Amino acid sequence: MTYSYYKNMQVNNIIFVYQGEVTAELVSSILHMMENKLDGDGEDKKIKKKVFNVMVECLQNVYHHLDTLEVSVDDTEVNDRTALLMIGKEEKDYYVITGNHVLNERVAALRSRLEKVNSCDKNELKNLYQSILNDGELSEKGTAGLGMIDIARKSGQKLGYDFHPVSDKYSFFSLEAKIARY
Amino acid sequence: MLEALKIEPTHKTPKVYLDPKENHFEVSGRSIPEDSVGFYKRILDWIDEYANQPNPETEFKFELEYFNTSSSKNILELLKKLEKIHLEGKGKIHITWYYDEDDEDMEETGEDYKALLNVPLDLIMKVY
Repeated sequence: MTYSYYKNMQVNNIIFVYQGEVTAELVSSILHMMENKLDGDGEDKKIKKKVFNVMVECLQNVYHHLDTLEVSVDDTEVNDRTALLMIGKEEKDYYVITGNHVLNERVAALRSRLEKVNSCDKNELKNLYQSILNDGELSEKGTAGLGMIDIARKSGQKLGYDFHPVSDKYSFFSLEAKIARY
Repeated sequence: MLEALKIEPTHKTPKVYLDPKENHFEVSGRSIPEDSVGFYKRILDWIDEYANQPNPETEFKFELEYFNTSSSKNILELLKKLEKIHLEGKGKIHITWYYDEDDEDMEETGEDYKALLNVPLDLIMKVY
């Protein structure tokens, strides 16, 4: 049993996986651990910075989102505000995957934001970032709607995403960002 | 003269050293707190006070290693407050944005700010 988990992670190039509640302390611990891991692996400084930056945005994104998700007691499928956080290292790329529940009513807006980000080239992303930075209002938590754009800019690749319907109320949203290793 | 604001760095928040007496203004290190509004409030309030009686010339230095998007908005706000001092002629402001030679993302971030501001801002590459 344990061996099959181990093999499965190894075959899929997963270096870190977590499923559970996401707290600020947990996010800090993961970042700290992954930074040590990247240092220990002797990863190129430039790549290390990009991976770390993308991890910060992806993980904090999930943390802020779950923090604002109103969950009622009868929502058994999301009652513990859990999420999936996964980091992998393939031959060509590092990847950061997050998965969490979102309200169905938010899916359309999220999907269109992601489509917009994925339709932009490098220069368009820069312009979009600057215009939101300059005009956008900060939410109470200080999130500025810049996260996805920033992830796309630093990743340099298209973002992968999926919305899996879970119930009348929720979908499971997954986001995948890749960072080329060279 | 306004009392200095000095905040020690942590693994998530930058070193902040704002001292009008020494004419030393610096934000350096990492800025990746979950609650960036909470962290930057003190700094922005301090700049508001400083704007009442700024030094004739202020050299403001940013030397950031990492920062998250939630900090980016607060840093823009800080820069806009400095820009205002400059444009109103209360004091000359000069901003320097340092980045590592291999850190094109931090260079681009500096360019983003430069594009949005009307205040002298130099991007300087640190070579090792």
